[in-house]
Amino acid sequence: MTRWIPLWLHRLSSPPTFYRFAGAVWPWAMGLALVAGAIGLYGALVLAPPDYQQGDAYRIIFIHVPSAWMSMFIYAVMAVASFVAVVWRIKLAEVVAMQSAPIGAAFTFITLVSGSLWGKPMWGTWWTWDARLTSELVLLFLYLGVIGLYHAFEDRRQGARAAGFLAIIGIINVPIVHFSVNWWNTLHQGSTINFFGTSKIAADMLWPLLVLTLATKLYYVASLCRRARADLLALEGNKAWVHELVAPEPAP
Amino acid sequence: MSGSWQAFLDMGGYAAYVWPAYAVFLAVLLGDSLVPTLRRHRIVQELRARLVRQAVRQDAAHAATGNESGATAAPSRST
Repeated sequence: MTRWIPLWLHRLSSPPTFYRFAGAVWPWAMGLALVAGAIGLYGALVLAPPDYQQGDAYRIIFIHVPSAWMSMFIYAVMAVASFVAVVWRIKLAEVVAMQSAPIGAAFTFITLVSGSLWGKPMWGTWWTWDARLTSELVLLFLYLGVIGLYHAFEDRRQGARAAGFLAIIGIINVPIVHFSVNWWNTLHQGSTINFFGTSKIAADMLWPLLVLTLATKLYYVASLCRRARADLLALEGNKAWVHELVAPEPAP
Repeated sequence: MSGSWQAFLDMGGYAAYVWPAYAVFLAVLLGDSLVPTLRRHRIVQELRARLVRQAVRQDAAHAATGNESGATAAPSRST
């Protein structure tokens, strides 16, 4: 048990092996993400009843909350991968960390925009400098900082190392985002979903939320695989395995 | 039927907030999924061009030295 796991991980961290692995994984992840997304959106927009307080405006929750979870989840993945990259200098960990950043930034952007569009009719304002909103905005700036720092270096691996340090330091913001609604008095409502107790939401509203959460997770897997594959081709452009891949069939 | 469709689009009066939120969600993820496709295409084009240049240079070198062993652009796997 303890012997084969590191061996398996070691093999998978080899760029050509991961390239093939990711190539086999992403079509399935993307296909399942699209199916789950379609079912979830139908449940969210059609099947779920209107909220007794917020009417139909609450339907923004079905994309806002899964995106907000992804913004924190992807940051955690990026920070852990950066830690592995900085400590053990594994090339694939750098790729996973740096290719996760734009996807995380995309979900953070969706969270902020959908939250703003939800805040206007419910709170009467697009934006307020409240703890939850501000810490989520800081999360977006951390993603943009990681992306910018990565591209600021001529040497990509050096850039990944520097940006990795920033990603590791920035992880402190993730629990701040999560607990901000408990620690401070905020305009933002508290957690709707409680995984260790009773959720404050009806079952016919809960299932589309969970299905869309699954869809965003699967989408992340697919997008990360595709980005990592493209990045590995660029990083390993001088290696024989890439030449074999891109070279047209030799004429007989 | 058309009435319920109208009610669906109206979103209980919140159409101006609900639909843009969903549009941003779908548009951003669609954009994100296009990035690796375009990048991969560009990288493969660049690598192919580089391989062709290398092959031309090698052929020229072989022709200059009279070596006709016929090395090609695709080296065999080293490991």
